[in-house]
Amino acid sequence: MTSETGQLRLVSRREAIRRVSALLGGAAFIGGNRLLAAVENASPLVEGSVGEFTAADIAFLDEIAETILPETKTPGAKAAKTGAFMALMVTESYWPAEQRIFREGMRKIDEAMKKAKDVTFMQATPAQRLALLTALDREQVRVMDARDAAERREKGLAPRPAAAPAAKADQNLPDDPNNDLPVVGVRAVGEVPKKPAHYFRMMKELAMLGYFTSEIGYTKVMRYAEVPGRFDPCLPYTPGDPAWADHA
Amino acid sequence: MQSTSFDAIVVGSGISGGWAAKELTEKGLRVLLLERGRNVEHIKDYVNATKGPWEYLHRGGRTTAMEEAYQVLRRDVLNEKNLAFWVNEKESPYTEVKRFDWYRGYQVGGRSLMWGRQSYRWSDFDFEANAKEGIAVDWPIRYNELAPWYDHVERHAGISGSREGLPQLPDGQFLPAMPFNCGEELLAGRLKDAFDGKRRMIIGRVANATKALEGRSACKYRNACWLGCPYGAYFSTQSSTLPAAAKTGKLTLKPWSIVTEVLLDKKHKRATGVRVLDAVTEQTTEYTAKVIFLCASTLNSTWLLMRSATDVWPGGLGSSSGELGHNLMDHHFRAGAEGFLEGLDDKYYFGRRPNGIYVPRYRNLFGDKRDYLRGFGYQGSASRDGWMRAVKELGIGATFKDEASTPGPWKFGATAFGEMLPNHANVAGLDHERKDKWGLPVLKIDCATGENERLMRKDMINDMAEMLEQTGAKDVSTYDSGYFPGMGIHEMGTARMGRDPKTSVLNAHNQVWDAPNVFVTDGSSMTSSACQNPSLTYMALTARAADFAVQELNRRNL
Repeated sequence: MTSETGQLRLVSRREAIRRVSALLGGAAFIGGNRLLAAVENASPLVEGSVGEFTAADIAFLDEIAETILPETKTPGAKAAKTGAFMALMVTESYWPAEQRIFREGMRKIDEAMKKAKDVTFMQATPAQRLALLTALDREQVRVMDARDAAERREKGLAPRPAAAPAAKADQNLPDDPNNDLPVVGVRAVGEVPKKPAHYFRMMKELAMLGYFTSEIGYTKVMRYAEVPGRFDPCLPYTPGDPAWADHA
Repeated sequence: MQSTSFDAIVVGSGISGGWAAKELTEKGLRVLLLERGRNVEHIKDYVNATKGPWEYLHRGGRTTAMEEAYQVLRRDVLNEKNLAFWVNEKESPYTEVKRFDWYRGYQVGGRSLMWGRQSYRWSDFDFEANAKEGIAVDWPIRYNELAPWYDHVERHAGISGSREGLPQLPDGQFLPAMPFNCGEELLAGRLKDAFDGKRRMIIGRVANATKALEGRSACKYRNACWLGCPYGAYFSTQSSTLPAAAKTGKLTLKPWSIVTEVLLDKKHKRATGVRVLDAVTEQTTEYTAKVIFLCASTLNSTWLLMRSATDVWPGGLGSSSGELGHNLMDHHFRAGAEGFLEGLDDKYYFGRRPNGIYVPRYRNLFGDKRDYLRGFGYQGSASRDGWMRAVKELGIGATFKDEASTPGPWKFGATAFGEMLPNHANVAGLDHERKDKWGLPVLKIDCATGENERLMRKDMINDMAEMLEQTGAKDVSTYDSGYFPGMGIHEMGTARMGRDPKTSVLNAHNQVWDAPNVFVTDGSSMTSSACQNPSLTYMALTARAADFAVQELNRRNL
């Protein structure tokens, strides 16, 4: 890959985006050409933001997302093409520092699986994947909660009253792995610098965003009324009934 | 050939300009309405209004390319869904001496297309405050002079709300109020008891029609207002004032028209018209009229005045007082508290109400005395948390997913909107070093909050926490998301009204002291900022000034 010329990289990136657009399905396809133009125009502005997610990468992200949001009585993340969405967002909406952490995270997950079970993440069983990602989830919640608490202290705000109970466990997990990283993106004078999130927080957030805001998420997982026509301020609710989706 | 001579010219087609065009045409004047940006046709040009949320490539979010292109907008409202309604910052830059977030909408309808629609009257506590406290200069008007004009604009704009009899927040001509949801109902009742009626929670007063008005359907509770409403259910220039003005047959609307200066008859100190630069062809045309209404928005109307009549007054038209460009204000916000409500897990709601609750100002009123001046009101809502709550929660897998698909706990959150004192040092002026796409020197803005706002902000955070704790909310936490002037998108001042031409730019009827056939009726004219959302007051001031202008024309005084 390092031997590729700029021209070749551009072509292959366009190709990658074309595949992502196709994977995202009909509605996105219309936006595909617009996206291609946007990516081409953006390339001189955002150095190093070329995210080349192959079909294998997207399949990998689909399995990450499916482990977080598996098929139950409603479809799982794979059915909502969540992996392709995650790849698109990392390519288009993440700054280079965040992209590096995300890509590095994919590698770390594979390595951790090899170390623990001697198989790749793709070869692992759903139960093995769930066990590994559950541990990573504990790590990211602890890291991100600690960061949030530190930010509140800096601002002089009182601590949040209820920390997630499980986040207090696992006291011997590593410290914030992103402490030394540069801040993300452009920022205005006086703006608080944004540090990249823990890579598994990124994955969880993108998976949930992609899944719940997909057509499946809106119409099959939650309930969606395009034109409610009225506001009923107080109705009985039976536990387990799906949420009404937001839209604005 | 098109006429270049009109009875009146209105510069800007947003909330204020739309009202000026409506009032002046309905009183028989032939009006030229000039808009610097593109046309946006009602309904037809609301291109995303009926799109499924899943149809956006980034699901409404932002890309790094967008962040590079919109260095100001990215600080808060940048999004994929209504990007086309926000100004192109590369074409229209400005200079920040200190950080000032200026979120602009350059198109027919201006920001009336994306506004928050909260509509509150100001009271004499607001109009008298400067005089009583010796701050800046006195407003030249009182509430009773504006009240009939609030009535007038509310009837046409369609403001839904509840009558509460609060002296600091006068009632108006309301359409039926939207209801509280069950969480808000509970809190509102407890709050009234806990604070002996001194602190109240009311439903927001909002420019969404709760029953059909002429040419407009009742609100459909989609809460997609800022994409443009295909039902015309919220007040915008397009849904409300523009069709009324067009119906008279006396309106000429010209998009792509940048007014570069107001032309002046030096001898008589009267404006004769305006010079317009076509934003597309870059050709220049002069238009004449008997009266000129500047409604280009706070800062933009002032910017135009600074470019006008500089051969008479080097600082521009209206600068003789030394106050043009000064006393820039906004509302500081993004500070408050949130908490969880118990006992309502078997309750839910249906429909997306495009409105929240309001806690009217109670600080420094009715005997309360703080270590700062003025006060703040709260805006917020109760709702059941959505799937996003689960991103930060521990857990993945089947149970986690099914749980995240159901409504979460009831939560209430609110931010205060605080008054910002007028301060001569908060100023905008021309930056001759830097030009926009059309060669005009851009505005340079130097504005900061002061000690009064800093002290008030503590109460803004702690009061809401106190109210939530006293009404039984659980796990109450405070927040301060940070604020820089302009973020409120309630920018006001820079051409203030007053009683004395030596200390103010405009008189009690929004006439420029130095050229009385020029009226400035948008947020530029504000003498103080109160803490209520200001747009309704711009509407009332504009309608009042238009009525006065026509009377003066008939008396041959202009």
